[in-house]
Amino acid sequence: MSDPSTTLAAYVPPKGRSLLEPHRIFLMLIFAVLVFCVIWFMRWDWLPRYGTRLLHGIWQTLVMLFSTVAVGFLLAVPIGLVRVTGPKPLAWLANGFCTVIRGTPLLLQLWLLYYGLGSLFAQYPEIRSSFLWPYLRQAWPYGFLALTISFAAYEGEVMRGAFAGVPRGELEAANAFGMSRWTAFRRIWLPRAIHRALPTLNGETVLQLKSTPLVATITVVDAYAVISKVRQETYLTYEPLLLLALIYLCLTGMLIVAFRYFENRIPTRGA
Amino acid sequence: MATTPTLFDFSLLALSPPGWGGVLLAGFVSSIQLAVGGYVFGLLIGIFGAFGKLYGGPIVRDLLEVYTTLIRAVPELVLILLLYYAGTDAVNQLLTLAGYGPIDINGLVAGIFVIAVVQGAYSTEVLRGAIKAVPGGEIEAARAYGMSPLKVLRRVTLPAMLPFAIPGLANLWLIATKDTALLAVVGFSELTLVTRQAAGATKAYFLFFCAAGVLYLALTLVSNVFIRIIEKHSRRGMPGPV
Repeated sequence: MSDPSTTLAAYVPPKGRSLLEPHRIFLMLIFAVLVFCVIWFMRWDWLPRYGTRLLHGIWQTLVMLFSTVAVGFLLAVPIGLVRVTGPKPLAWLANGFCTVIRGTPLLLQLWLLYYGLGSLFAQYPEIRSSFLWPYLRQAWPYGFLALTISFAAYEGEVMRGAFAGVPRGELEAANAFGMSRWTAFRRIWLPRAIHRALPTLNGETVLQLKSTPLVATITVVDAYAVISKVRQETYLTYEPLLLLALIYLCLTGMLIVAFRYFENRIPTRGA
Repeated sequence: MATTPTLFDFSLLALSPPGWGGVLLAGFVSSIQLAVGGYVFGLLIGIFGAFGKLYGGPIVRDLLEVYTTLIRAVPELVLILLLYYAGTDAVNQLLTLAGYGPIDINGLVAGIFVIAVVQGAYSTEVLRGAIKAVPGGEIEAARAYGMSPLKVLRRVTLPAMLPFAIPGLANLWLIATKDTALLAVVGFSELTLVTRQAAGATKAYFLFFCAAGVLYLALTLVSNVFIRIIEKHSRRGMPGPV
């Protein structure tokens, strides 16, 4: 926009402040009292009984998260590539896919796949007798499919920008070196695009983590489903939900720290 | 179901009672009401939040930081459950304290409240970034003309930050329309929930979920047209896209 050295910013960030300023100590004291009240006055006696199930649910959430992110990213690469350079019909197809998936709620897609496909499959004896049926009868394949498709569509949009943003000169240089199109793609275009897309991967993964509890609505037993079970059996409203919020808070925090660690290990020039 | 050979029996979508079209449209309308209400109130929270974060005292800043971090780190579904129950509960307890009996809180109001609190955190961040991008000279010039802080806000800061804020705010609107679907989980009869009820009653799952998908998609596409117009309007007089 403008040269930062000649114009003053509208907002001058305050100097880095330490954690131990008087008002922060005060706020932390209030927070500590709140936490104490929550622990002391609310009921937590159900926690030991559901501990192992809860851990299993968290594990299920993490498996769901990482498997869909990995597969979704693999799908996102061809989607982004086709949208930048593919033949027209394929590009339209990929565009349409991204628009439709990003334009409708994930919950609706999930229910369409689970109830729609599920009821459709059940009508055909050929499918019912096939070796896939034990899997198709369960809920998690549908949850996995819906989450993967959604991640692929959102990340496909990012990859499109990343592929388009690789400087032309680098591709021309690869050409001048006599690389074939495939070699240039493998050695220059793809690595550079992924490098550009990596910083957004952090945010997309956190968003995906926040989408995973939706699979509980189709009876996949993740952390959210375990907490719902607790709420039904103990008639408690707030305690399980507060614990669940805390769990997701910790998971998000860990994801962010892990991504920051990896981001610092990727060499960038001049940064 | 096995007796009906076609996958799509469109007579089920008829507007009058044997068909479910009217129910679907009513759900769609309440979805839009939720989205608009939640978005507008979220934007109000965002404006105050952004100014509090930039120009507020240390306590206000820290509290707002906690608010935006918490809301953005916890899944919307969990927040909606927490706020939906906690919000209605808190109002009723306050009423009991004040000596009135508990009232039955309108689902729409509770839903708008929930969406607004969630959207507020995101729009706080969007607006904060946009205000920071306004060149300082413009604000100094306004001050030099002797404008009061409120006048600076109304005449300079808000209009000047719009081009920076609109892409983010447009994105938030699209997210708001899709977040309304999550209220199906607390039993608010918006489009996704009535679709599921209709599909469950008729067993025509594909038909109804696709119909609802078309409605959501239409909302998104129509919104996109308006967003493009607004963006063009707010960027007038600025150098073209870089």
